[in-house]
Amino acid sequence: MTDPATPYDPGSAQGPGSAQALLEAVDLHKSFGPTPALDGAGLRVRAGEVVAVMGPSGSGKSTLLHCLAGILTPDKGTVRYRDVELSAMGDGLRSELRRTDFGFVFQFGQLVPELSCLENVALPLRLGSVKRKEAESRAREWLERLEVADVADKRPGETSGGQGQRVAVARALVTGPRVVFADEPTGALDSLNGERVMQLLVNAAKETNAAVVLVTHEPRVAAYSDREVVVRDGKSREMEPVT
Amino acid sequence: MSIGHTLLGLLEKGPRHGYDLKRAYDERFGQDRPLHYGQVYTTLSRLLRNGLVMEAGVEAGDGPERKRYAITDAGVTDVEHWLGTPEKPEPYLQNTLYAKVVLSLLSGRRADDVLDVQRAAHLAAMRELTKRKAAGDLADQLICDHALFHLEADLRWLELTAARLDRLKTAVTR
Repeated sequence: MTDPATPYDPGSAQGPGSAQALLEAVDLHKSFGPTPALDGAGLRVRAGEVVAVMGPSGSGKSTLLHCLAGILTPDKGTVRYRDVELSAMGDGLRSELRRTDFGFVFQFGQLVPELSCLENVALPLRLGSVKRKEAESRAREWLERLEVADVADKRPGETSGGQGQRVAVARALVTGPRVVFADEPTGALDSLNGERVMQLLVNAAKETNAAVVLVTHEPRVAAYSDREVVVRDGKSREMEPVT
Repeated sequence: MSIGHTLLGLLEKGPRHGYDLKRAYDERFGQDRPLHYGQVYTTLSRLLRNGLVMEAGVEAGDGPERKRYAITDAGVTDVEHWLGTPEKPEPYLQNTLYAKVVLSLLSGRRADDVLDVQRAAHLAAMRELTKRKAAGDLADQLICDHALFHLEADLRWLELTAARLDRLKTAVTR
């Protein structure tokens, strides 16, 4: 067992496709004031798999995602990423981890409105000290992959909802993350656009062996996952895939 | 699906023999359930008896001779009527699932287990359809979408039921 205080070391990765958990949460408890959001929830995510986290509004899905991503610290319980406990990391290391190993897609893109779409996608690379030319070249490749190269020079406000969300997916994947956290990524899109965003997100994640933690209450979105975890009243239940 | 009406509809393009009809049906509508030859010929006999199709010659081949069938005017009218009549909205799975949930509650079992297992089965079916859709042509996509929306409706009912289990337990054990 690794010392929980061991700092995050990207070189100590387990191999792609390992049956071992890449990310594991055990017995998570989290309350906001007197309101419990998580009450013993847990989850295991392996490299390259897409796991849907389902459940009704207010069941604790997003809180679970935020704890898994190290955005929130649970009151009790552990989150381990590649055998290192997140809560044992300092804020700086956790931030670095989120920038280098995790990607995020939210319901409303959350792109920076003052930057062009290309600059938005290049931003995580620039924050990681990649030179502008290199960062923008990689960003452009991802925009092409997500079929939105034509909006590269537009600002997010000048794009459609579907285009903006594809830009957000490109931004999440541009750093080559090992885990993509997607919180209702198609919640603001119509069926056809939502479907295309899911196809592109899942295909890109599979090609790069990234795991996807997909929070959704939409069964049609969850159908893009390999298996589902159901959260209810802060407790989770991992379902084995039905064959 | 009404096999008779579907075969009549396929005959509107022109006379065909039974094997040809089966192939056309399977290609367009038989993804999950291809027709048996017996079904085709039984259906054609019935349509013939009811004056909705007529024999339109015999086609000689390597094997046995094959009768060709053509749609009659009465058959066209019948297809038109069928196409213009809405299908009865059926409550598919809910009755059975509702019974399982209620029986679980009455017997003190965990009703959410019933719902969780059903959700997993529904999602597995939806995953298969989603994969098939991704690999298929537009016709496949539309057929899969129809099935996906129905499964989704079941799942929405299931989630609502899950959210109301406590109230349902109180109601059924009163």
